[in-house]
Formats: sequence, structure tokens, C-alpha cells
Amino acid sequence: VCTSRFWFNYRHVANTLSVYRSVKRLGIPDSHIVLMLADDMACNPRNPKPATVFSHKNMELNVYGDDVEVDYRSYEVTVENFLRVLTGRIPPSTPRSKRLLSDDRSNILIYMTGHGGNGFLKFQDSEEITNVELADAFEQMWQKKRYNELLFIIDTCQGASMYERFYSPNIMALASSQVGEDSLSHQPDLGIGVHLMDRYTFYVLEFLEEIHPASQTNMNDLFQVCPKSLCVSTPGHRTDLFRRDPQNVLITDFFGSVRKVEITTETISLNSDVAGFESKLPKDELATESLKYAEQLPVAQIIHQKPKQKDWHPPGGFILGLWALIIMVFFKTYGIKHMKHVF
Amino acid sequence: AALAQLQLAVPVAVVFAPGSVPGDLPKPLPFRDVQEMEISLNLRASVTSRYEMVCRSTTAQEEAALAAATAQEADAALHPLQDTTVGSLTIYVLPETSPLLPQGVSVYVGKHRSALLRAVGSLAGLRALLRQLTQLMSFTAGSIATALADRVPEGQLSPDARRRLKSSLGYEITFSLLNPDPKSHAVTWDIEDAVNRYVQPVLDKLSLVANFSVDSQILYYAVLGVTPRFDKESSSFLLSAHSLPHVINPVEARLGSSAASLYPVLNFLLYVPERSHSPLYIQDKDGAPVSTNAFHSPRWGGIMVYNVEAPASPPTSLPLHVDVDMVRVMEVFLAQLRLLFGLSQEEVPPEFLLESPGNEGLADWELDRLLWAHTVENIATVSTTLTSLAQLLDKIGNIVIKDDVASEVYRAVASAQSAVAELATGHLQSAFQASKEAVTSSERAFFDPSLLHLLYFPDDQKFAIYIPLFLPMAVPILLSLAKIVREARQRKKEPTKVD
Repeated sequence: VCTSRFWFNYRHVANTLSVYRSVKRLGIPDSHIVLMLADDMACNPRNPKPATVFSHKNMELNVYGDDVEVDYRSYEVTVENFLRVLTGRIPPSTPRSKRLLSDDRSNILIYMTGHGGNGFLKFQDSEEITNVELADAFEQMWQKKRYNELLFIIDTCQGASMYERFYSPNIMALASSQVGEDSLSHQPDLGIGVHLMDRYTFYVLEFLEEIHPASQTNMNDLFQVCPKSLCVSTPGHRTDLFRRDPQNVLITDFFGSVRKVEITTETISLNSDVAGFESKLPKDELATESLKYAEQLPVAQIIHQKPKQKDWHPPGGFILGLWALIIMVFFKTYGIKHMKHVF
Repeated sequence: AALAQLQLAVPVAVVFAPGSVPGDLPKPLPFRDVQEMEISLNLRASVTSRYEMVCRSTTAQEEAALAAATAQEADAALHPLQDTTVGSLTIYVLPETSPLLPQGVSVYVGKHRSALLRAVGSLAGLRALLRQLTQLMSFTAGSIATALADRVPEGQLSPDARRRLKSSLGYEITFSLLNPDPKSHAVTWDIEDAVNRYVQPVLDKLSLVANFSVDSQILYYAVLGVTPRFDKESSSFLLSAHSLPHVINPVEARLGSSAASLYPVLNFLLYVPERSHSPLYIQDKDGAPVSTNAFHSPRWGGIMVYNVEAPASPPTSLPLHVDVDMVRVMEVFLAQLRLLFGLSQEEVPPEFLLESPGNEGLADWELDRLLWAHTVENIATVSTTLTSLAQLLDKIGNIVIKDDVASEVYRAVASAQSAVAELATGHLQSAFQASKEAVTSSERAFFDPSLLHLLYFPDDQKFAIYIPLFLPMAVPILLSLAKIVREARQRKKEPTKVD
């Protein structure tokens, strides 16, 4: 989830897209990723290299690429939508790609980046999500068995405050800085003109580049990523709610997807000549007319349309109140005997 | 709370053929006997199983049926004479010398809801065998525990248990043909015919459990994520067992399962290897090639590798036309489907002989096993959902509960109660339907979009937001109101004072 918009927050979008790429590279398909981005970087008029988002000064890797599937973009990234995705209380018309269809055996990775403060995270400059709300959402998920284990990574200023209030079991949390510290960005790029990436995510990504789907690296190594000398802020982590020892938790448990498989050793025997077999197709299928391309834009109708008469509604609410106030003030000031002069 | 007193009743009829009645029966035939057993899941919850046995001797018609030549024919002849309600069992006890059961086999389990048992002398032995048999055909402590798997700590689950699909109202089955090398192989498969012939009967049998929808697709240039090794001895390519988990993910992105319905999707993939990688065999842990050449992943589906027969002489023109032998393929896929539903034959003791269910895919008693497990799972789910919903509503005092949410909750509670009652009296089918309705209603109530806690501010938040805004504005208003009141009082007093 990238919670900021506007050109100068380029680095947050680059952060999120880089993590998205790593996760896809390690095997998680798009159908299992919910990506929430403001998505206003690649086609921004201020982008000197349009249709690209770079994560490194040398412009090696265009993290926007060809196959980014953004599920919630632009103004759809709101606190309400985020909480709806987590808890599953989604209107029935939401398509499958926008839902979190996890069950009690799913491991969930949540990565959030943006601007934050002590106990809250700012969403798109207009609203905030507090750590209490997030903890309550996770508790709702736990009660409805929507996750087996959850890894929560946050890269914002004072990120550690966001995981202070978690109380549901099986949650592990990592943050880029402690309460009172700011997370700093990595390096500016003079060609593009903004900072490209945040330090913590940059070093996490360097670490992830060495992971391949069969690797056995565990979580303790992830905790050591980005010491204070490189990151300037102190990354923190929280494992007290997690049932397993982080030493035994593989990185690929969350970042990649390694399924359990079993060899099929049984077969059933089928009788291939089923005598007296009737086709189960409905015999009375209606003849459907052959499909043809539907006219999408009836231009002829639009051009010759007359403008629709809009019905006149009496002014309501606010306007009425304003006029009432003005009239009252006028007559209070000048006295009611002046009314005949008005009319 | 409802779960702690859950009672599962199974009506069983034990029919003694002449010459098989053990000498030390406690009461003369016919009589009723009830055996109760408690299955404790953890400290708080336990489930009681009641086997209501009606013991009687055979009727003349049943004796005639039992005079058949083989056990299979006897079972078929007995079928119209039995009580075949869902969840009930009929066991025929045969004398030790009966020729129906082959040597070494003491129990023959038919494909409906009946079994033939050879009396083994003492009553205690007979009782033990009966208990084993009834548990096999209905539910065991293990199968109930796995149905409630999320309440049991994970370490104690068998691989069988972890494999089971969660109970759902419907399932979507997708058959995909993967052809990575269309230049060499032009593969056709008559999937529609195969589905109608082989898959549909199985799904019709399972239609009691859930709704199924089937679709199929062909994907070209879809490769496995793993490169197989070439083995010189067998001059074939091998995929080792530990590389199998990495095969699924690169393919999954192209399967299009996100376009399907909201039901869980089961994918069955048929992979035709490239000409340069043929023949391709899957190796198990010991290095031997697997006879089915297939593997499956719990809660996901299965993959089978279909090797094209290499033509005797090099072909003159590529691509080769390949017509897939659907019978072989469907045998494997349907076996995988059974395994994914948790119907495996691992727990059967060696002296039991199970009749093959043929094209129907599963026996009636296996269907019953599924129904028992799903009903218990549904009831457990309903109770956790409603408890957690109640907790949420308690925490946020001013949440608005719409009328339809309230009616769904009432309906869920009523259905769950009726499901528990039906289970206690042994009506499995109605209990299952009631539990399905209960789950639907409770899910609809819990996941209603209006219950988002974000939308309802607790009172202290309201004060915190509005006081700083309105208090400064309110101060001059309150002061001037006070002034007006004081002036009005003074004016009232003055006329009385002045005069």
C-alpha cells in the first residue's frame, strides 16, 4: 500500500512497486496481490521519463514495467477501502481482484509506506489511519480466520508506533524507525528531480534480491537489514505475538509462495464404455443469434441530441439559510418599518 | 456453547444371518442398543457420538439375497431392502463359514450404505469389529477433529487433515491443458465429452454437498518453472520431488483464476511436455518414477504430465497430432479430486475389502463421511462467526444494525439450532442443509458492508473533534444569552419597583 500522492512523493510509489516486483519474482501471482497506489507518477507531466518509475539513480530498473496490476488506484486508496479489504466487508459488486480472499492457512504480507507520525499513518493527504484501528482490523481478521500468520512491514517516519497496539496472535511486525525518529530517503536523482527511494526499503530490497524461491534464509536476517549506520534511523521489529521462533520462519513463507505438494499415488478405475449413456446437454437449447460487435459509442445520436431540460428545484438548505440570515440582519439593523421602501 | 454439547447420532441396523448369532448375546433378538462415546477436542469442547443400534435377525428376503454367489451381488440384491436415508448404516453379520467373503477378508464394505461382516466368535470381538466398521463408514475422532481443525493446534494434524478443502457452498473446477510447444504437438482433447461422461456423475453425486461449476481452457506456451534433468539410464527427463512446489506458481499467473467466481477454485492441469523434454516423468522421494505421473497440492488442485508416445520413425511433418486419452487422464484427476476432498483410503484396516464405486467416483458412505465432517465444520464456523460479531457490536456501542442484518443473525441462530437438533436425532441430510443455511446467513451478517467499525465514531472521538471547533464560537453566544436573560429579569422587576 502506498499512501501518498503527488510528484514529490515519488519515492513512496517506487518503494511499493519495488516490493511488488520482488514478491512477484519470488512466485506470488497477481491474483494473490492487492496493490494500492496513487499511480500518478508514471504519467505525471513532471516526469522527465514518462511511463517509467525508477528505483535507483542509475536508472537500471524500471519498476513500473509492463505487467503492473494496480488494484486500487488514485482516489480509491482510502482508509475505508483499506479496512474493507482487510476485514472483508466489501460491497458485493467488488470484483475478485480487489478482494482479499484469504483463509485460515494463508500467510499475509502487508507493506505500507507513506508519511506517518506517532500512532497514525496519513492517507493521501486527507485522512489518517490510527494504530488502534489497524489493530482492531487485524483482530477482526483473526476472529474470522482470515490469516494464519501476518507479516507487517511499514516504512514511514515513526513507524514503530503503528505496531505498538497489535494484540492478535501470529503477527510479526517490522518498521523502519522508532517513535521520535524520521525515516530518511536514500538518494535524490538530479535527472528526475526527486528522491527515488527510502533507505530502509532500499536495503530490504538489496536483501531480497539474493532470495530465490528455494532459499532457506530466515527472518532473523531480515531483522538485521539496514543497521543504524546505513539507515540513520533505528529499524525495529516486534515478534512477541508470533507463535513460532523467527529463527524458523523462512523469508519465502511470506515473500514467496512455496506450496505443499503430494505425489498422487491412487487412481480410480473408470468404466470407459458406459452403455446407454445420454448426453446431459439440454435438448432444447435456444438458437442464439451470432454475436457481433456492439456499437459502443452511438456518435450520431449524441451529436444531434438537444440539451436536456433541467427541472428547476427550489433552493434548499444552505442557500435558504444564508438568505434568511441576511434578511434578518438587515431588518434588525434598519427596523421593520423600512420594509415598505424595499418593495 | 452450542458446540460443547454437540451430539452426533448414527442409526445403525445390525442384521444377524442365521448361524451367525453369538451365543453370549445379552438380550434375545431383536433389541436396541445405544453406544455413546465422547470425543474430546480440547479442554472445553467435546463431541458425543451415539450409535443407535437396532439388532435383529434377517428376513426371508434378505436371506435369499445373501444366498448370492459373490459379495457384490449380495450387496446389490440387499440394496432395495435397506433403509437408505443419508447417514444410516446397515451391517449384515454372516456366519463364520459363509462363502460370500473371500479368505482373509472379514468385512466387505459395499458402495451404498451397507457392509457384510463375518462373525468372529466372541461377542467382544464382534463388538470391536462393529465399532471399527461404523467409525469407518461415518466419522472417527480424527475426522471430527480435522473438521474443526482451526480449533486444534496445528502440530497434531495428519497430512490427510491438512489436505482437506474447507466446507464451502460451491466449488469451481477448472481443467486446463498446457501446451508449451505448439509447433511440435498439436494437442486436442475432447474435454466436453469427458466431463459429461466421467466428471459429471461424480459431481452429481457430490451435488448434495455443494454446487459445482466446471470450465476448461487450453493454454499455449505455458512452461513449467522448473527445468527437468536428463537421466541417461532411462533416457528420459525427470522432475524431482523437491522441485515440484516451484512448478505451480509460474503457471498460476496465467490460469485466470481471478476471473472465476467467488467460490474456491480447483485447478486440474494437464501438461504435455515439449518435444525436447519428452518423455518427462515425476520422481518421488526415493527416485522412482511415479506411476500416475501426477501430483497435487492441498486446497489448490492437481497437475498431471501426459507424455506423447514418440513415433517409431522421425515424423515427416511437425506438428504431431496428439489426441489425449481422456480415460487415463480422468482417472487421475478424479482420484485427485477425491483426495482433495479428504476421501482417502489410508485408514482402512487390511482385512476390510471395499467395493469400488465405479464411475460414480465415491460410495454413499464416503458421501456420508463428507457430510458429517462438513456439518460439524459449518456449525463450528457459525458459532465462531456469531460470537465474534457479538463482540464487535459490544465494543462499538453506537453501531447501527440494519434490519436485514438483524434478520440474518436470527436466521443463522435458528438454523444452527435446528442443525444441532437434527444431528442429535440422526437426520444427517436435513442437518447438513440447516447448517449450510446457517453458514450463509451468518457470513452475510458478518460481512455486511455497513458494519465497518471505522464508520461509527465512539463518543469520546465525537467530543474530541467537535469541542475545539464549537467551544470558542459558543462562548460569546452563551454570554449574550445570559445577558439577555438578566436584562429580561431586570425589566420584569423594574415596573414593580418604580411604581
